[in-house]
Amino acid sequence: MNGLPGLYATVMKAAVQTQFQYRTANYAYMLGMVAEPVVYLVVWSAVAESRGGSVGGITAGEFAAYYIVWTLVRNMNIVLTPYAWEDRIQQGELSGMLLRPVHPIHYDLAFFAGWKVVVVLLWIPIALVLSVAFRPTFDISALEAVVFLVAIWGAYLIRSLLLWALGMITFWTTRVSAIYDVYFTAELLLSGRLVPLALLPAWAGGLADWLPFKYTFGYPIEVLAGSLSTRELLTGLALQAVWIGFGAALVAAVWRVGIRRYGAVGS
Amino acid sequence: MDIEVDGLRKTFRVPRREAGLRASLRSLVRRTTTEVVAVDAVSFSVEPGEVVGFLGPNGAGKTTTLKMLSGLLFPGSGTVRVLGHVPSRREHDFLRRITLVMGNRNQLQWDLPALDSYEMNRAIYRIPAPDFRRVRDELVELLDLGDQVRKPVRQLSLGERMKAEIVGALLHSPQVLFLDEPTIGLDVTMQKRIRAFLAEYNSRHGATVLLTSHYMADVQALCKRVVVIDAGRILYDGSLRTLSARYSQRQTITATVADRAGLAGLGELVSVDGDRVTLRVDKERSAAVVAALLGHGVTDLTIEDPPVEDVIEQVFAS
Repeated sequence: MNGLPGLYATVMKAAVQTQFQYRTANYAYMLGMVAEPVVYLVVWSAVAESRGGSVGGITAGEFAAYYIVWTLVRNMNIVLTPYAWEDRIQQGELSGMLLRPVHPIHYDLAFFAGWKVVVVLLWIPIALVLSVAFRPTFDISALEAVVFLVAIWGAYLIRSLLLWALGMITFWTTRVSAIYDVYFTAELLLSGRLVPLALLPAWAGGLADWLPFKYTFGYPIEVLAGSLSTRELLTGLALQAVWIGFGAALVAAVWRVGIRRYGAVGS
Repeated sequence: MDIEVDGLRKTFRVPRREAGLRASLRSLVRRTTTEVVAVDAVSFSVEPGEVVGFLGPNGAGKTTTLKMLSGLLFPGSGTVRVLGHVPSRREHDFLRRITLVMGNRNQLQWDLPALDSYEMNRAIYRIPAPDFRRVRDELVELLDLGDQVRKPVRQLSLGERMKAEIVGALLHSPQVLFLDEPTIGLDVTMQKRIRAFLAEYNSRHGATVLLTSHYMADVQALCKRVVVIDAGRILYDGSLRTLSARYSQRQTITATVADRAGLAGLGELVSVDGDRVTLRVDKERSAAVVAALLGHGVTDLTIEDPPVEDVIEQVFAS
């Protein structure tokens, strides 16, 4: 296989090999990753029970379904963080990447995509254990399953592109943790990560509709664990495509300016 | 010409402040910066297949120049062309024909055997599989890497890692090699091995090489021509032999003599070890001193130019 597909296949393979080098670390990582949704799940299940079986129309079984799918979507959302950019520039790794006849984003997209293969394999037993413990309510149609498979990769692309663009602020300054923190906090609240979007106040839910975060978390989760209409399923995919286009344009624009800055200042 | 550099200049603006809390507070309000000239009006060219040593002390502007030649830095002013390309445009066709090896930087995947990183380079540079295998096997054999390429890179010694890095950097058969301290931190045996490899690679492939190194042995073994740079400016560009002739006014004469009386008058007496004496004399007086030594019962005699390190030091001091 040649060209970009060949590059993606090779880098993904390397990512899988790299991750398999650290099997124990992978399981420890996954267990750590599961801790967060289990806390949410236990809290919301308790609240649902105390309110006669549901909160805002969501039953304990639906909460369980939501947070079990959450664990997979969260792992699909692991991408190169802005913090890694600082290292990349300080250690001269970016210079090495710039000497190659391929845009560095392809390497990152391929590497983290390859990682997902390992993550999904590790996720299956964890999802089974959570299912036995929390008894989720699933009602999945064929269309929902297909849309979900597309939507999790859409979510991956949106988050990759937006965090890549954010990470490139490092071209100008390496002290940008505060900016990253604002992004991550907004994402936590308005994506469906902390709480299902249906439970947010109307104004916050309306705001979330206009931001990209929902399409990286809440939307793909609800495709499988919620009850979206066919129209809502397909509109969600279309809006993911819009955000991917926006992210790609943003990366291209910031890269063009940032790389001139890097070329002027060096590392 | 493979490399053409004309009037190249690069400046950096660096923040500057005094030590202490008061200076820290002041810098919050008013930041002072200084313009540092890293490379200043540098011009030279390199012909295809030539191996040129790029010499200078730390901070002379060598690495900055190499980065501009490989497209990592935009020149402040002046022009650079490498293989007919403007490097800062980083066109893919240009990047496929050059390589930059930095002795203190790693390009290989840390957790994987080098062979897997080589596969990645094959995909990145779109090298046809048969060519890739032929070049990889040739390089691995030339550098005597053997099974080391099957171990995770993190488990290799510094020297093994450097050799593996060099293989990775040459898999796409670049025409122009920029080598920035390729033997830094390596033991003498490993330095020799890499030197021999580079010489062999150059003669086999006719590659153009621009090499920086603080080890003069690298330069002597590989480069007929050197460019000496200091404080961003070129001080000398020419053959290594001429450099010695121009900047070194003295020679060292070592002789085994029967009669040591009156030798001090012939030149600077550096050492006396039994019947073996070492004298330092002005070059134009060498012949006369040798003739005089014959009268002292000479049984063995050598005349040497000073080490290149001393000559280079002389260039910087001049």
